[in-house]
Amino acid sequence: MNKAKSSIWVFGDYRNYFQNRVTLQLLARAREMAPRIGAEVCAVIFGHDLDEYVGEYIAHGAEKVYALDHPDMAEYRVGPYVTLMTAAVRKYEPEIILVGATDFGREFAPRVAKRLRTGLTADCIGLEINDDGLMVQTAPSFGGNLLADIVTPEARPQMATVRPGTFQELPHDYEASGEVIRLPLPDDLPRPRVRLISAERLPQREQRLEDAKIVICGGRGMGSKTKFKKLFELARLTDGEVGATRPVVHSRWSDPDTLIGQAGRHVSPQILFSFGISGAIQHTAAINDADFIIAVNKNPNAAMMKLADLAIVADANQFCSALIRALKARIRD
Amino acid sequence: MLKLIVCIKQVPMVSELPWDSRTGTLKREMADGMINPACKHALEAALQLRHRYGAHITALTMGPPMAQECLHEAIAMGADRGILMTDRRMAGADTLITSFTLARAIEKACPDFDLVLCGCHTSDSETAQVGPQLAEELDVAGVTYAEHMEVHGRTLRMERESDDFLETLEMDLPGLVTVTTRKYTPRYAPLTGLYDAFDAPDILTLDADALGLDPKVIGMKASPTRILNVRSATAEKENIVLKGAVKRMINTLFHEFGDKISGAMGKDLKTHDHDDEEE
Ligand SMILES: Cc1cc2nc3c(=O)[nH]c(=O)nc-3n(C[C@H](O)[C@H](O)[C@H](O)COP(=O)(O)OP(=O)(O)OC[C@H]3O[C@@H](n4cnc5c(N)ncnc54)[C@H](O)[C@@H]3O)c2cc1C
Repeated sequence: MNKAKSSIWVFGDYRNYFQNRVTLQLLARAREMAPRIGAEVCAVIFGHDLDEYVGEYIAHGAEKVYALDHPDMAEYRVGPYVTLMTAAVRKYEPEIILVGATDFGREFAPRVAKRLRTGLTADCIGLEINDDGLMVQTAPSFGGNLLADIVTPEARPQMATVRPGTFQELPHDYEASGEVIRLPLPDDLPRPRVRLISAERLPQREQRLEDAKIVICGGRGMGSKTKFKKLFELARLTDGEVGATRPVVHSRWSDPDTLIGQAGRHVSPQILFSFGISGAIQHTAAINDADFIIAVNKNPNAAMMKLADLAIVADANQFCSALIRALKARIRD
Repeated sequence: MLKLIVCIKQVPMVSELPWDSRTGTLKREMADGMINPACKHALEAALQLRHRYGAHITALTMGPPMAQECLHEAIAMGADRGILMTDRRMAGADTLITSFTLARAIEKACPDFDLVLCGCHTSDSETAQVGPQLAEELDVAGVTYAEHMEVHGRTLRMERESDDFLETLEMDLPGLVTVTTRKYTPRYAPLTGLYDAFDAPDILTLDADALGLDPKVIGMKASPTRILNVRSATAEKENIVLKGAVKRMINTLFHEFGDKISGAMGKDLKTHDHDDEEE
């Protein structure tokens, strides 16, 4: 009997397909890793009326799609999905499973790993195949201050959840062909112990802090409520959103809604401006997805300055005013 | 009366990097321990459930002997008793083995629990995996990021936000939830409570032998994942430092990073200043 070709599986998380393309990003990364271990790239998807997604996955790099398409599976439900996934993995024995670090993925993947008694690295921001053919999974810890490289040497499959935005999706190719393998709905699925009573899509705010490409975050070092207000002007000019640290919110310089940190929001802008912020872990834990951090602080040794790509030693308020003036002069209409 | 278990972890209290760039290692011993903030939200949720329905609350932790401190604090906040699992052989466990070990302690010390509450993640390793994996290991229903919890007979009704949906869920008990940090702001431990908690604490200490666990199935050796190395994330960054006159720094900012800023803004910028052109 010839051994089946090894495979990399990407879990098809399509609930917010138009907002969150992490599945496509993972297919792209899987395509890059696959030749290193002679694997094929597969997507696996559960739900109902899936043809459109199956087509998209093939167009974005899946050579094979395992699809369970059934009206009973129309709702996203962790319990049954875990059972289905575990059964499929036992049958087809993929070498690697990648799951997007969405809320669903972060609940689903640990439970699949547990049932399969294998390792799982959470929220990876890097994946590589090393010379031993193992997937090296890079995960942040301590609020992104440290990076750990983790492998699963023996247990199989190797599993990782990956932050959305870590990899770039491939351009689509609707001419690409792929094989679709239909998975049957088992008739012995256990009765779910968690029941969904209702689900409503949350109203989309006009622009959410979480989605902003530029976030302008201010801390106690801005000095006063009046001075802090300048950050809103900077936000208007840059089409950004204002975030704040806890002392700022406590002093009512800004709304509780703008709190960034462990007790507040988590942001992932292309550029994060940080004005007068010390860089306590309760705050920085929620900004480590920012691509580029520009920190302004009068203390060059503040933890925030060490985390920054660009650390500007200056008075935060004075620098903010000067930046506003400079931007006004530079924006071409 | 409900039997609640709250899993808490002691984490290093760090506002500075716990990282020695000279030796390239974690300075764990230098960092004071504190209760992982998200675990305090789980404890607060348990205290609020007790207030409404009556409950007995067990705080459970696995860690070095020093982790006992966070049980004292949990008792000072209102937990009825603490369980400390401490054993050198348990050290270095990954989430798979941590959840396995926690489950064995729960079966030993509180087998007839109704609900396990966990923090939704830790501030040190941030995997958010132990909660869901513990539900699997205990073979009970599990829900992450729970808020607005209500008990109706043998079911727990709750809400949560998940991937842009607001969901209302019902779960059979016994079950496990990880608790969101958006609700359930932790109370402060009153000073008298702290004294009492240190005076006559009801804390049970368990090791691998007490749990009847073969050392081969616990700790780092049993864990499927291996950490190859840990490095400082900041070392990956160029970390350019600018000092001096504000005007100069702004010119440099636009000169070097103007395209980046302009791209993120979605607006066209003059990135080269007049002064530059003369140079
Ligand atoms: C359980 C828990 C949860 C928490 N959750 C959060 C959270 O979600 N979000 C959060 O933000 N915090 C949170 N905190 C608080 C956190 O620990 C810090 O206290 C907070 O982030 C500090 O805010 P800051 O940097 O604005 O203020 P500070 O720490 O006071 O820092 C001010 C900084 O500004 C600089 N500065 C001062 N004057 C100037 C000037 N004129 N120009 C330039 N720089 C100047 C100083 O050098 C300093 O670095 C939490 C704490 C706990 C215990």
